[in-house]
Amino acid sequence: MKESDVWQQLRHVKDPEIETVSIVDLGMVEEIVIDEANVTVTILPTFLGCPALSIIQQNIENRLRALPRIGEVTVAFVRHPPWTSARITDRGREALKAFGIAPPPSMPAENGEWHVACPYCDSTYVTLDNLFGPTACRSILYCKTCKNPFEAMKPIATLSS
Amino acid sequence: MSQVAQDAIITLALQLADDDFLFAYRGSEWLGIAPHIEEDVASASISQNSMGHAAMFYELASELGAGTVDELAHGRKATERKNSILVERVNGPGSYMGQPAYDFAYAVVRNYFYTEAKKIKMDSLENSACEPLREIATKVNMELHYHIFHWKTWFVALIQANDEAKVRMTTAIARVMEDFGDLFSYGHDAAKIEAAQLIETEEELAARFTETVGHVLQSVGLNEDMLAYTCKQNGRNHIHTDDLTAALATLSEVYCTDVTAAW
Repeated sequence: MKESDVWQQLRHVKDPEIETVSIVDLGMVEEIVIDEANVTVTILPTFLGCPALSIIQQNIENRLRALPRIGEVTVAFVRHPPWTSARITDRGREALKAFGIAPPPSMPAENGEWHVACPYCDSTYVTLDNLFGPTACRSILYCKTCKNPFEAMKPIATLSS
Repeated sequence: MSQVAQDAIITLALQLADDDFLFAYRGSEWLGIAPHIEEDVASASISQNSMGHAAMFYELASELGAGTVDELAHGRKATERKNSILVERVNGPGSYMGQPAYDFAYAVVRNYFYTEAKKIKMDSLENSACEPLREIATKVNMELHYHIFHWKTWFVALIQANDEAKVRMTTAIARVMEDFGDLFSYGHDAAKIEAAQLIETEEELAARFTETVGHVLQSVGLNEDMLAYTCKQNGRNHIHTDDLTAALATLSEVYCTDVTAAW
């Protein structure tokens, strides 16, 4: 079993609620361990109460079990290191935008202020409607330039407030 | 790890898990009846996160041999629960299934005070002698940042609003402090938990809460004496109210229909 084959399969496992972005680009895959035909994938949970985690686990197992000559597939969720929104790749950020979700802003520890651009028109003339959104990882914003409501991924970092 | 230290970790994990489990349940009872739709979205999200936090602490207890996560969350009776009295209290008279007369002022004060207290515990756990507790606390704190911001915003805004809001908020603070006595308590297991250096002492954490929230009260023209409390009933020692029994009956109704089913 080649590690690159496993990575390639994992790129097909999408966030069940954001179909344009893979778990690889979300930075959720921490490690792949191959022991002859057996594969263990270590995954970092994003938000602790996220109901998509068990679906993601199922989808990883289904994808990998379809590989020829695969043995045991194990998906392990670990607490450490903590997932942060800085783990999302550039491709992931573009994929989020394509889905109409602004990628997570980097959160300056100083004042906690966000700088988010509208995923539709790139305007920064936006207001935060609700820090919380339809899923644990998103907030709801409004673009005053193109008059579209949109969502943004919350910045998640290990800062202490 | 010694058996004593392991027991101490299980006990503390169950206290924290039971707290968040009930807190999340009380939060979820507001679903659909919060004062406006944005609050509905926010408090539902916070409740979901908090249930996730409870799951992490139940998992830790489970890893140390305390039983399965489902048994710990759903299979334990009120007489086995270690949550604080504050989180088991009903939101108000009535039921969300019928005519709820819940008090939003009480919800805001309870949620804000509980979340500040939880933050203080998580900050302390980040220096715990127990590595899994440190790791969970780090994860929880990343989400708690948003919860604190949310409830503090409501708390400060409502207490500075018109006369009725101020009266209702002041009344709610008194009601919350009535039940505050066991929130920082580790119950009969205090010596064991503190000796294992899992978390700082009850007194240290309680003092930090009074200081943190005291500053907030002062900033809105209230006296921090409002934060005085005594412990009348200790949930950590499995002494609870009927509110908990009723909540558990609802929470565990599906689980109890078939405890062997895989969901």
